Amino acid sequence: MTPRFDYDLIASWIPEGARVLDLGCGDGELLSKLSATRGVKGYGVEIDPPRVLAAVGRGVNVLQVDLESGLSTFDDNAFEFVILSQTLQAMRRSDLILKEMLRVGREGIVTFPNFGYWRHRVAILRGRMPVSRTLPYQWYDTPNIHLCTVKDFEALCERVGAEILDERVLHEGRIVGTLPNLLGSLGVFRFRRRG
Amino acid sequence: MIAIPPGSVGEVAPQRAGFLEPLILKGGKTLASYELVYETYGTLNAERSNAVLVCHALSGNHHVAGLAPGEPRKVGWWDNMVGPGKAIDTERFFVIGVNNLGGCHGSTGPASIDRATGQPYGAGFPLVTVEDWVASQARLMDRLGIERLAVAMGGSLGGMQALQWTLSFPDRIAHAIVIAAAPKLSTQNIAFNDVARQAIVSDPDFHGGNFYAMKTVPARGLRLARMLGHITYLSEDLLGTKFGRDIKGATYGFNYEVEFEIESYLRYQGDKFAQVFDANTYLIMTRALDYFDPAREAGGDFAKAVAPAKAGFLVVSFTSDWRFPPERSREIVKALVSHGKRVTYADIDAPHGHDAFLLDDAHYHRLMAAYMDNVAAEVGAGKRAGPLVVGGTELEEMKGYAGRGKP
Repeated sequence: MTPRFDYDLIASWIPEGARVLDLGCGDGELLSKLSATRGVKGYGVEIDPPRVLAAVGRGVNVLQVDLESGLSTFDDNAFEFVILSQTLQAMRRSDLILKEMLRVGREGIVTFPNFGYWRHRVAILRGRMPVSRTLPYQWYDTPNIHLCTVKDFEALCERVGAEILDERVLHEGRIVGTLPNLLGSLGVFRFRRRG
Repeated sequence: MIAIPPGSVGEVAPQRAGFLEPLILKGGKTLASYELVYETYGTLNAERSNAVLVCHALSGNHHVAGLAPGEPRKVGWWDNMVGPGKAIDTERFFVIGVNNLGGCHGSTGPASIDRATGQPYGAGFPLVTVEDWVASQARLMDRLGIERLAVAMGGSLGGMQALQWTLSFPDRIAHAIVIAAAPKLSTQNIAFNDVARQAIVSDPDFHGGNFYAMKTVPARGLRLARMLGHITYLSEDLLGTKFGRDIKGATYGFNYEVEFEIESYLRYQGDKFAQVFDANTYLIMTRALDYFDPAREAGGDFAKAVAPAKAGFLVVSFTSDWRFPPERSREIVKALVSHGKRVTYADIDAPHGHDAFLLDDAHYHRLMAAYMDNVAAEVGAGKRAGPLVVGGTELEEMKGYAGRGKP
C-alpha cells in the first residue's frame, strides 16, 4: 500500500466535528482517523467490495455507490467538506465529479498524482510511460485514465467555477516550495464554489 | 438422537406467548387477544442488550435457525445466517424469530379460532400491516424483558419491518439491518401481488376465504400465486442457468403437459407451497406489502418519514434483484443520509435475484458479520470467538427439487 502523505495535510484542514464526505474512501482509513481525532461525522463512498468490507470493519459509514453516476444520494450543501483523495484521475468524467463536489459541499479537497513531476517527464522524454510511487501501474493495467498536472488542475478549477483556497504540492510527505509542478509528485487542493 | 451440524443452534422448540391486551390495528379493527409463536437462540445477557429480532418475509415463519425437534430435515429458513460462529453469532447475540400475526405457522391467523364465534376467522381475520406486526413484536419484546433491541433485521418484507421498528420505536432499537427491501412497493410489485391474489380468490375452493368450514383448500389458486411469485424472486439469468430450455422427454410431445424443465420446477414449488401455506395468509401478507408506505403519512415525503429514526442502519441490496432492485434500497439510503443518520450501504454482486438474501454468498456474510461485530462492541456483547462460519446451504427455494434441472 502506498503511504498516504495527503492524509495528514487533509486532517489539518478539517475542523472539529465537521460533516465530511469522503469520495473513494477505500478502506475508510482517513474517515476513521478523522472521526477518532476530530470527531467528524460523515460518510465514505466506495465501489470496490473488498474495500467496502474493510471500511465496515473500521466502523465507517460507507456507501457502496458508483461515483461515476454522480452524487445524487446527497443533498445540496449537505457537507462542510467533500474529499476526493487520489480518485479524480481514475474517473471517467473528472470534471463532472468536481461540479458535484461543489454542489454537495461547502469546500472540496482533491488530491491527485502530479503527472508533471520531473521523473514522469523524464520517463516520457525517454519514450516510456512513467511508473513511480504515485503512479505504480503499467500503462496497460492502470486504473488512472485521466492524469493531469498541477497546472491542468488549476485550469479545470477555473473552468468548473471553483475558487482555490489552498494549493500544496507534496513529495514524500514534504511540501515542495520551489517549482512545485516539477518537483512535487502529489497535488493537494482545497477549493470552494466561486461567488 | 439427531446429529447437530457444526454452526447449528441445534434442536429448538417453538414457544408461545398469549396476549390479552387488545391490539388496535391500523385498519381500524381490533384483535381482542392473540398468540405469537416464536423461537429464541443464544442467551440474553445480564444487561439485556444483545437481542436481535429477525423479521420474516412473505412466506417465512418463526423457525429461523436450527432444527425442529425430532425433525432434522426441518432446518430454519435463515440457518446459514444465524448460529454459533455465523454472521449473526448466537454465542454473543440472543436471537428471536417470530411468526407474524395473520400467519399460518402458529401465531394467531385466519385459520385460528375466533373466540367470539367459535369458528375459524377465515375471511373475517382483519388486515394487518407492517406497523401492526411491529407493534405486536414490541409487546413480545416486553414479555421477554427486552427494552431495547440491539438489532431488528430482515429481508424483503422482513426488511420493511426492521425499518418500521426504527420509526415506530426509535428509542427501542440500536440498529436496523434492511436487506433487499424498498420504501414502498412499486406499481409493478402491486400488480404482481394482485395477480397472485386473484389466482387465489377465483379458485372455487376458496369460498370467499371461509374454506375451512367447507373442508377444502384453494390449492390451485395458491399454487398459481406461488408459481408467479417464484419467478419474480429469481433472476432471469439464474433460471436460464438452472433450467435453460431443457425438456423432460427426449423430444417435444406436442401437447400441453409438462414439457420444459422450468414448468416441472415451478409446479413442484407451487404444489409444495400449496400443501403447507394458508391462502388467507397469502392474501394478508401481500396486502401488508402493498400498504407499506411510511411516506404516505408524511405528505409523500419519505425523507420526512424517516426523520424519527435514531438507529444505525445497514442497508443491503443485490445487483440481480429485479423485484426490489438496488435503486429502491438507495432510496432508503438517500432519505437516511439527508438527515445525516448513521447508515452503511452495500450492493452485493449476486446473480440469484431477490432471494439472494437467503444465500450464503461469502462476501455478503462477511459484510453482515463485520457490521454485527461493530454492534457487538457497541452493546457490550463481546468479541467473535473464532472465524466466521459461512453455511453450506443451497438456495432455500431450490431445496428438495429432485427434477432433472442441471446441478
